[in-house]
Amino acid sequence: MSVGGRKIDASGASARTRTSMSVGGQKEVASMAYEVELKNINKHYGDFKASDQVNFGVERGRLIGLLGPSGSGKTTILRMIAGLETPDSGDILIAGERVNELAPGKRGIGFVFQNYALFRHMTVRENIGFGLKVQKESKSRIRERVDELTRLIGLDKFADRYPMQLSGGQRQRVAFARALAPSPRLLLLDEPFAAIDAKVRKELRGWLRETIHKLGITSIFVTHDQDEAVEVADDIIITNRGRVEQAGTPLEIYRKPHTPFVADFIGESVHVPDYTVFKGFSARGGSEHPGIIRPEFIEIGLDDREIAMPLAAEHGIVRAAYFRGSNVGIDVEVKGQILKAARSLEKVPLQEGDEALVLIHRILSFEGGQAKTIANQSKRKESVVI
Amino acid sequence: MATSIMQNRMFSSDSRAKPELAPVSAETLVKWLLIFLSAAFLVVMLILPLILVGAEALSKGWEAYVAALAEPFAQKALLLTVEATVIAVLLNTVFGVASAWLLTKFDFRGKAVLGSLIDLPFAISPVVAGLFFIMLFGRMSPFYPTLQAYHAAVVFAVPGIILATVFVTFPFITRELVPVMEAQGRSEEEAAATMGAGGWTIFRYVTLPNIKWGLIYGIILCTARAMGEFGAVSVVSGHIRGKTNTLPLHIEILYNEYNFTAAFAVASILVFIAILILVLRNMVEWRTQNRRIQRQRPH
Repeated sequence: MSVGGRKIDASGASARTRTSMSVGGQKEVASMAYEVELKNINKHYGDFKASDQVNFGVERGRLIGLLGPSGSGKTTILRMIAGLETPDSGDILIAGERVNELAPGKRGIGFVFQNYALFRHMTVRENIGFGLKVQKESKSRIRERVDELTRLIGLDKFADRYPMQLSGGQRQRVAFARALAPSPRLLLLDEPFAAIDAKVRKELRGWLRETIHKLGITSIFVTHDQDEAVEVADDIIITNRGRVEQAGTPLEIYRKPHTPFVADFIGESVHVPDYTVFKGFSARGGSEHPGIIRPEFIEIGLDDREIAMPLAAEHGIVRAAYFRGSNVGIDVEVKGQILKAARSLEKVPLQEGDEALVLIHRILSFEGGQAKTIANQSKRKESVVI
Repeated sequence: MATSIMQNRMFSSDSRAKPELAPVSAETLVKWLLIFLSAAFLVVMLILPLILVGAEALSKGWEAYVAALAEPFAQKALLLTVEATVIAVLLNTVFGVASAWLLTKFDFRGKAVLGSLIDLPFAISPVVAGLFFIMLFGRMSPFYPTLQAYHAAVVFAVPGIILATVFVTFPFITRELVPVMEAQGRSEEEAAATMGAGGWTIFRYVTLPNIKWGLIYGIILCTARAMGEFGAVSVVSGHIRGKTNTLPLHIEILYNEYNFTAAFAVASILVFIAILILVLRNMVEWRTQNRRIQRQRPH
């Protein structure tokens, strides 16, 4: 169980796979170490395939982000784990036990709904205590637990209010406390921050991550927001059209996207149909060379002095420059293609129509369906010469 | 509309500098015309008839009025109406809540068909509905010999009247609850289920408190309709005085016998009950809105 601060390690993750998955339906080797495991899950709604051979396992105490565009099947996965939907085929295991036929209330899960789903005619106290009341806990035990939880969420002064009288962020925390009250072994959160305004959302993200780690409870949350997933989750599972595209730590997924979809979905990606047109990325067999260039792969400068290796750089024309708070986003045209770059606010500002030097350090290529980072070759040559 | 009138006034006052002499605008004219039309319509269609019922009922003095009400057949008719109404409303409350729950909280094949079927009594003429029951339980029915064998009369008897009333008032509670329950969604019930609550607990502690006022409103409407039902009941009743006559049927008989004072006296009971229900309805409505406002206002 990992408690406390979250670790960021890219290389270590592959050695000790915490979130394993397989795409395409090969059977995963059974492992008893998983707190939650999905095996070959399929789910249809009419003609719509919501889950297509979904396989993954989650280790105890991890905080997992299920990330994907809307309609990618992430909420369906969460609801199937909770027992609110039934898979057409496949097995769902919680703590090594098959739970497919088990009622939601018997699975030991807590569920936080997207719109909180607080009982509107009950006070905060009654909401949080409901699960314990249903399980016939004693009144004093319920009171104790509710007090403990209202303190945890910092709403002990609001315990006798109705949900209508609370702000969005407060309701979200009540929903969280209500799900935790019966001490579930697994916490499931459906778009926990979707209905909250931007500033409160940022605060809540940090609060939720810390609280979950403090409690050490295995948690899975669904989101369509990559920033949220990267910031909150220990591991991310990316879904697309009912399939699991990739699973791993945020850094791993960022550095080594397995599919063009993942590369496109994570980070700010610009597709180039043929990367061999750029200096330092000459052809190496094959006819098509599609690639992805991210702003952080690019260095942009006004002249020779600003670019470390001007000979390896391309000439471009600035098409747009926009202030983004912490830096300036720049659209620059190189060889007829618009690339996106970022420039420090400390440097001489670039304006529309300016000529600029553009050094492309890396490109992500997907030849043969395999993701590969290609480094700029002329850069290497130049450094050898020097 | 109000704002445009204001703007108009302001405009004319600017140009003429004498606001009190501003001409009546077209909007104001239309407004008063509409108010007059609605008021006139209400007077002719509702208020005048109500006054006439009262006046006619009392036209031969209080004694005649009380005598008409105290007459055994009138008493019997009132009792039968209350009996049929209470049973129909009870049954329809159970059916209505069950069907609304089914239609809003579950997905199943044929859901749309069921939804339309529940509306059927609204679409069918009550007389036709009465004929259904004659066909189903009367002499032409294949069940008739069996019913005869057990001496169970449905048509031209009290069970038929109750059946007809249930049929005609069937959609009221469901139709009142479905929009309420649809707007509330399923997530509260799902949340309760993930916490281990069973079906009855979920209904008792989560669904019922949420639909309480909608349900009461539906029951009131259903009661009002059940008390006044004429068409379907008229067909299955057989008009046996003191046995199968409800209040509306009794009124018709009195009227057809040119016993106008008695007819209007009995009718005044129905009018009185209708007004009572109306007041009750408004209280529920007021209460619902008030609660909503109170809950929305933070301390």
